[in-house]
Amino acid sequence: MTGNKDHAALAEVFNKDEDRVDWHDETLWFIRKKRDLAVNKIDNWEELRETASQIKNNVLSNLSNYLQEFEAKASANGVIVHWAADAAEHNQIVLDLLKQQGITQMVKSKSMLTEECHLNEHLEANGIDVIDSDLGERIVQLAKEMPSHIVLPCIHKKKEEIGELFHEHLGTPAGNADPQFLTETARQHLRDVFLTRRAALTGVNFAIAETGEFVVCTNEGNADMGAHLADIHIASMGIEKIIPERKHLSVFLRLLTRSATGQPITTYSSHFSKPRKGKEMHIILVDNGRSIQLGREDFRNSLKCIRCGACMNTCPVYRRSGGHSYHYAISGPIGAILAPNLDMEKYADLPFASTLCGSCSNVCPVKIDIHDQLYKWRQVIVQKGYAPTAKKVSMQAIANVLGSSWKYHVAGKAARTVMQLAPFAVNNKFNPWYKHRDMPEVPEKSFGEWYKINRNK
Amino acid sequence: MKVGLFIPCYVDQFYPGAAIATLQLLEKLGVDVSYPPNQTCCGQPMANSGFEHLTGDCNRLFIKNFSGFDYIVCPSGSCVLHIKHHLHSETNEAEAAAMRGKVYELVEFMTDILKVETLNAEFPHKVGLHQSCHGQRGLYLSQMTELVAPAFSKPRQLLNMVKDLEIMPLDRPDECCGFGGTFCVAEEAVSVKMGQDRVADHLNNGVDYITSPDLSCLMHMEGILHRRGSKVKVIHIAEILNGKRNQD
Amino acid sequence: MSSRDKILAAVSQNQPVYSPVPDISFLQGDNDNTVAKFVDILTTIGGKVILAETIADVRFLLLEELKNHSRKVTTVPLLGDIMEMVNKSLHDPHTMENIDYAVIEADLAVAENGAVWVTEDKLFTRVLPFICQHLAVIVKADNVVPTMHEAYQKIGDSTYGFGTFIAGPSKTADIEQSLVLGAHGARSLTVFLLS
Repeated sequence: MTGNKDHAALAEVFNKDEDRVDWHDETLWFIRKKRDLAVNKIDNWEELRETASQIKNNVLSNLSNYLQEFEAKASANGVIVHWAADAAEHNQIVLDLLKQQGITQMVKSKSMLTEECHLNEHLEANGIDVIDSDLGERIVQLAKEMPSHIVLPCIHKKKEEIGELFHEHLGTPAGNADPQFLTETARQHLRDVFLTRRAALTGVNFAIAETGEFVVCTNEGNADMGAHLADIHIASMGIEKIIPERKHLSVFLRLLTRSATGQPITTYSSHFSKPRKGKEMHIILVDNGRSIQLGREDFRNSLKCIRCGACMNTCPVYRRSGGHSYHYAISGPIGAILAPNLDMEKYADLPFASTLCGSCSNVCPVKIDIHDQLYKWRQVIVQKGYAPTAKKVSMQAIANVLGSSWKYHVAGKAARTVMQLAPFAVNNKFNPWYKHRDMPEVPEKSFGEWYKINRNK
Repeated sequence: MKVGLFIPCYVDQFYPGAAIATLQLLEKLGVDVSYPPNQTCCGQPMANSGFEHLTGDCNRLFIKNFSGFDYIVCPSGSCVLHIKHHLHSETNEAEAAAMRGKVYELVEFMTDILKVETLNAEFPHKVGLHQSCHGQRGLYLSQMTELVAPAFSKPRQLLNMVKDLEIMPLDRPDECCGFGGTFCVAEEAVSVKMGQDRVADHLNNGVDYITSPDLSCLMHMEGILHRRGSKVKVIHIAEILNGKRNQD
Repeated sequence: MSSRDKILAAVSQNQPVYSPVPDISFLQGDNDNTVAKFVDILTTIGGKVILAETIADVRFLLLEELKNHSRKVTTVPLLGDIMEMVNKSLHDPHTMENIDYAVIEADLAVAENGAVWVTEDKLFTRVLPFICQHLAVIVKADNVVPTMHEAYQKIGDSTYGFGTFIAGPSKTADIEQSLVLGAHGARSLTVFLLS
């Protein structure tokens, strides 16, 4: 456990400002509704999900072959393929590529993988200036925060706060919070960055084993502005992002953005095959715990994720606790089933940040059984000894009572008696239920007692 | 058919009215139903907290108490879902598997097995229907808004048989109430906020009563309603279907 | 052992039992009102559609529009007398920085999402449709297909160094979900649909 830096503690802080929680919750629910509108226009939406799920099942079962096929095809196209076993190696590969060319400035488009690897910190510590070009990412970069959502990085920020950041860092007039004006400012500021930086790093939404090409999806066009003007384009990719054939993109590109934001497709879905003449294109295939997760029978399906964020938008807990309460690069339901694989102790709290309502599993475009995995992670985490001692003790006591008929009846009667005769014993500040809820009323008899009298069995 | 009545532990202790209504309702529908008196709990509180390995005794007791019935019926979606997925036996897994197939939540038992078409019940009030996640998404008691699929609702089907009952539409028809088992105290702030938002949705849509197939959700929302001094009451669906006209 | 070997060994060892890839040929759009749907969707997402019969018509329609723009370029030879032709052997994309209005051609458009598909050979320079302030694309109505499934059937196994689907003008809603058109790519997109 992470002491007082766990989800419950962080969420409690988040909930101190109820108006803000309402704003955060309503904004994300609005996106969930946009998703619903979009998907209901596709009659065979559920068939699409099932197809995507099966394609991804095939990918996981044949991943070694697909990775080698992709490498061969990409290499034949002139793309230089690198392999990184972990985050540190990935970061070093990027650094080395830049240093080899004497580059000290890079422009980056959105890549959750690089957040996972803490790439920016590593590069900056080694003298490389990195500017994030996705508007939401640029905003959190200026605020020195992690993104709070994998698709909407600064969904937790109000426009006034963004206006202040731009005033401080980009010289916009104080008090200006107009989204149009702020976006235009970012456009001008970043245009200059695109035009002057020789290195661009992008993420990868999908990589095609059959052809060696990869696809990058953006609404802003920032990945393209960076890559097509740079001397070296580096693409960072988790090994699970492979799909078998080009035609499978039809399935995934129909599912991705409708699930994410309710749009039929992102403005740009760019397919990169070969480097520009005389320029370099590199792709880094990153493991960083994915091969371990692949071996976990109960949890490997989390690797089907296409990073759409639909699970976050629908999660009633995420909407009311915010991405930062998950203290990991990837938050929400999918983060809670990915993170414990990397560090079970540090992320032991995440699978418990859920009521297991199941909404996430049903919006997931690739049918990851997220809520089932949350339940299963709870068992693993407890078995490995990462449950707090107090909980272990109380659970043992409860199991003891509930596992015996006479103990259960005695305890039940005792509880009701105490609540009846000495309500202050439970109606106090030591009872977390009682903070904001009344306790249930105490009935005259339990059902068991009533049955004995009234049905004479 | 012989039906064993399975009453969740907290319903037995704190909401016997719902259990009595379930019993009476099944009896009225001509069911030969009895209540094994030594039953305790399905084990869900431990299992959902990561302590499924401590539910052996609960499982043994459940199997012991409920063997010999054709069906096991329970007025709680989450308890039924837990048994359906997690009832196991160290000594006789075949028996546990058979039992898993026989356990039904009350509403689905009435629509799918008894195939009830009419009820002698009257409830002249505006009612908000809380779906309860485990019943809805777990047992598929009704369609969920996440899926692109035809609408249906077993609880609504039964409530429509009750005279003068008006089901009020909600802004978010199937959002979770935030109870979630030990979540309700382990993540108290979020749990309460979720409950308050659920309650607000019902209040904003003018309900007099909130009903559900699951009392854990109702207990949580009732706690919030009482705390704010609201006149809106909660009532388990069994009580409405059994003919109760109001909750006093 | 290299990282490559380590990773492939771990993956081989841990991957699950083989699960076959599904057949996706049953996934198809319907061919009703394809053009109307395309116009509707593209307009909804912030693009503009102008119906024309031939490129000569487009040329005529452009004459008025182009008066509002400074540097105007095109890849379309038939427009070469009213606009600057993009140099096919251009090596430095940075020289495109001040392009105000660009007109290109696409051989494929998708009704369900208002997208057009363009490849490198039709762009001459990859950055062109992104770096210009305003973009116009000429597409034949016959080349509008219902869904992405038909689109990838048409693309087939063609080879390209770069290709992209462009659906409307660039945009962002990162600031409190307020939609702003014109992020880093083109501020506007006009499709000239030739019947």
